Amino acid sequence: MSTDGQVKILTARMEANRTDSHTIERYEATGGYTALRKGLLELGPEKVGAEVKASNIRGRGGANFPAGVKWGFLAAARPAYLVVNGDESEPGTFKDRQLLERDPHQLVEGVILTSFAVGVNHAFIYIRGEYPKPARRLQHAVDDAYQKGYIGKDILGSGFDLEITVHLGAGAYICGEESALLNSLEGRRGEPRLKPPFPAIEGLYAKPTIVNNVETISNVPWIINNGGLAYAGIGPEKSAGTRMLSLSGHVNNPGNYEIVMGMSWRDLIFDIGGGMAEGRELKAWIPGGSSAPWFVPAEHLDTPVTIDDVAQHGSMLGSGAVIVMDDSTDVIAAAHRIVRFYAHESCGQCTPCREGTTWLERIFNRILSGRGRPSDIDLLLDVSDGISPGLGWPPVMTTICPLGPSATAPVVSLMKYFRAEVEARIAREVAHG
Amino acid sequence: MKEVTLSPAELEAIRDWNEDSRRLAREVLGKYPDRRSAVMPLLYISMIENGYVTAAGMKSVGVLTGLTGAQVQSVASFYTMYKREALGDYLVSVCTSISCFLQGADDVLTAVEDESGVPDGETGEDGKFSVEHIECNGACAGAPVVLVNYEMIEGVTPDKARELVNWLRDGGPDVISTDEMQRLFGGQRSFDWGVEEPEGAFLPVPAFGPYGSAKEAE
Repeated sequence: MSTDGQVKILTARMEANRTDSHTIERYEATGGYTALRKGLLELGPEKVGAEVKASNIRGRGGANFPAGVKWGFLAAARPAYLVVNGDESEPGTFKDRQLLERDPHQLVEGVILTSFAVGVNHAFIYIRGEYPKPARRLQHAVDDAYQKGYIGKDILGSGFDLEITVHLGAGAYICGEESALLNSLEGRRGEPRLKPPFPAIEGLYAKPTIVNNVETISNVPWIINNGGLAYAGIGPEKSAGTRMLSLSGHVNNPGNYEIVMGMSWRDLIFDIGGGMAEGRELKAWIPGGSSAPWFVPAEHLDTPVTIDDVAQHGSMLGSGAVIVMDDSTDVIAAAHRIVRFYAHESCGQCTPCREGTTWLERIFNRILSGRGRPSDIDLLLDVSDGISPGLGWPPVMTTICPLGPSATAPVVSLMKYFRAEVEARIAREVAHG
Repeated sequence: MKEVTLSPAELEAIRDWNEDSRRLAREVLGKYPDRRSAVMPLLYISMIENGYVTAAGMKSVGVLTGLTGAQVQSVASFYTMYKREALGDYLVSVCTSISCFLQGADDVLTAVEDESGVPDGETGEDGKFSVEHIECNGACAGAPVVLVNYEMIEGVTPDKARELVNWLRDGGPDVISTDEMQRLFGGQRSFDWGVEEPEGAFLPVPAFGPYGSAKEAE
């Protein structure tokens, strides 16, 4: 608990130690690597795994799958691998960068415990290429942990061996998709794989592989120190624990906030986020990264911020990136900007995504350049329907991975809540000819 | 990490690389169970050697990893950070994704293009600057965000972007470090960085210790 009464699991150390929370000296002085001793020397692998399963922690990368259950799927064949996904690239998301820069040992300790629990001897941490500073901090932490004997041969005399490799990506959003990430780590193009087989059966080098997000693994030391049940007892039953939310856009206090889920969006945006600038009003927000369908104040301000409540209202908490738009926002330009992202990042394997996202971007370009046609609204929806039939959420898939369908979320949201604005824009341009 | 010994043919393939790069190449190969995995870090090393990903660089990487030049090219061409044309001394990247866009990033990009005289996606004739717009770089509470040789500055205004370009044109530091630029040209940050560090980049290649271009500033 921090001084303001809020539960802080991931950020307590960095908030209390603003200049050196990333060093091994500070980490050890504030309880770091005690979970490692407890896990390796007292509990053993089964009990470490059982604690994480009991914690009910759901993956923080976007898919929200229960981590302990995922670990249980790991096939028996060896060697097996742990891969930590630090390819944080979903527009609006910057929580993992903070965890990597400010508390890299928390992640390293989580990686060692997780590797021990699932029985792997080589873990990889994949950091996006544009994160050289987080990667440097993490590599320093890994080097220091090797020096201390927390990584390497016969860790703390437990007989457990582990190697950790930090791998730098090279600029491809799609590598955040776990099977694309594995291809990238194998030295291939970052193209998603058809599933099944899932990585737990056939992952890195076709060996059983667990892939978890940086934030998910960073929670493991706390869970081992305090017990899975203590973690499960924080927040709503199916959204247990704390959650890093990245708040950006038109709020007075943008930033990362470690919250207990269950508060309303009103509380998050107006209390924690500090609301809009003087004289501005909330127009819309994206609740879980640019892939998520938008929320609007008339319908969603009192919806609780939990994984399942957001899903029930047709969107997703995804990567925890909340992007706020006030009434000065040109929502057509905003939707275009998101669509352009997916068009740029499409890997090109699947026709609906490769062609569809490109056409969506072109139609938006036409509208924004003043040459929009009244039929463009239906055309945007028709192309979107070609990518994800029915335009529902979660999306119906015509593609190997969800990138293509993600591009339809801003289009459908725009037409659902702001169709009149689009019609007026096109009519104005048509009138001005 | 395992010790890697290179065969005569492999040594020959990187004969032109400097000693640091040859050592880094061996180190990188030792970090993975399968040599192919070293393709990505080796491509970065080849960029340090050649300035960008060249045909000769891809061939060398192929020899070290047991791949054909075409296989290496298929990887290099997939990722935006493997540049296949010569770059300026400073690669200035302006994020124009949604959160930065909402905070006026397009004006920052215009200021960079205008002050450097280099349009988005191009390299100036004097070889000083390359300018590009990029997608989200994960610092959205500090929007708009600019990177120089992948070192980040948050909370950049159009005026500060112009100052940054002039600072770089007038010489700039040998080592581009995120913390120094943040102090000189930055504004609102996504989170407290805690402490200033001198590490940074001296080339448009991400400055990551074992196989990047990280160097301690004087």
